[in-house]
Amino acid sequence: MNYLAAFLFAGIACFLAQLLLDNTKLTPGHVTSIFTVLGAFFGFLGLYDKFIAFAGGGASTIISNFGYVLYKGAYLGYQEQGILGLFTGLLKNGSCAIVGAVLFSFILVLLFKPKD
Amino acid sequence: MDKEEYKKLVDKLTPKENKKKNALVAFLVGGLVGVLAEIVVVIFVHFFSVSRTDACLWTCLLVIFIASLFTALGFFDNWVTKAKAGLILPTTGFAHSVTSAALDYKRDGFITGIGANVFKLAGSVILYGIISAFFFAILGVIIYG
Repeated sequence: MNYLAAFLFAGIACFLAQLLLDNTKLTPGHVTSIFTVLGAFFGFLGLYDKFIAFAGGGASTIISNFGYVLYKGAYLGYQEQGILGLFTGLLKNGSCAIVGAVLFSFILVLLFKPKD
Repeated sequence: MDKEEYKKLVDKLTPKENKKKNALVAFLVGGLVGVLAEIVVVIFVHFFSVSRTDACLWTCLLVIFIASLFTALGFFDNWVTKAKAGLILPTTGFAHSVTSAALDYKRDGFITGIGANVFKLAGSVILYGIISAFFFAILGVIIYG
């Protein structure tokens, strides 16, 4: 049933994002930023842990997971290292997505030409 | 023809974006990405015996790699145009924005082109993610200890 939950969670999130795109003047940049902030907010409320437990891959592929991971990193960083930990911990797991995207895109850009 | 009639005519002739269809497509594609990600997470947990948290990170990397590759190969733009939020909201959208920005500005050189523009679209996600996470973490520390 995990698969069904993953489908529903990711599907409903994308459905809501599409409603925002179609019915407001918000651009994809706005919508993804809003969902990222919401992810951090739900992380703060302790709800995103439950989303992950419930929907697994579904909850961890949408961009809100990025906000959640950043929140979690900063919060756990504080537990380990105090105020400095807020700074050193924030990007801990979040750096996975950033480094991955930068590395892969750079290598691929060297290999491929842009389509006209 | 008076103004009212004219307005009605314009409304009738303006192509309507099919919002219901868009939302349905976004739901189905987004859901599919979620299920595929869950399948990959399960594969990582079972066959590489990593923790679920690590499996999610590996999956995230894999999703980013695939989206970047498809973008570089040139057909992912089309997919995103069709699936809209279904591919924009998952991590695929993040990877797509980074890779397509890097590709588009390649001709402007490595520094002023790729370097200056690689986060052109993904930058706001990183910026507001960091800002919100930082302040929510402070709130969290104050409230939960």
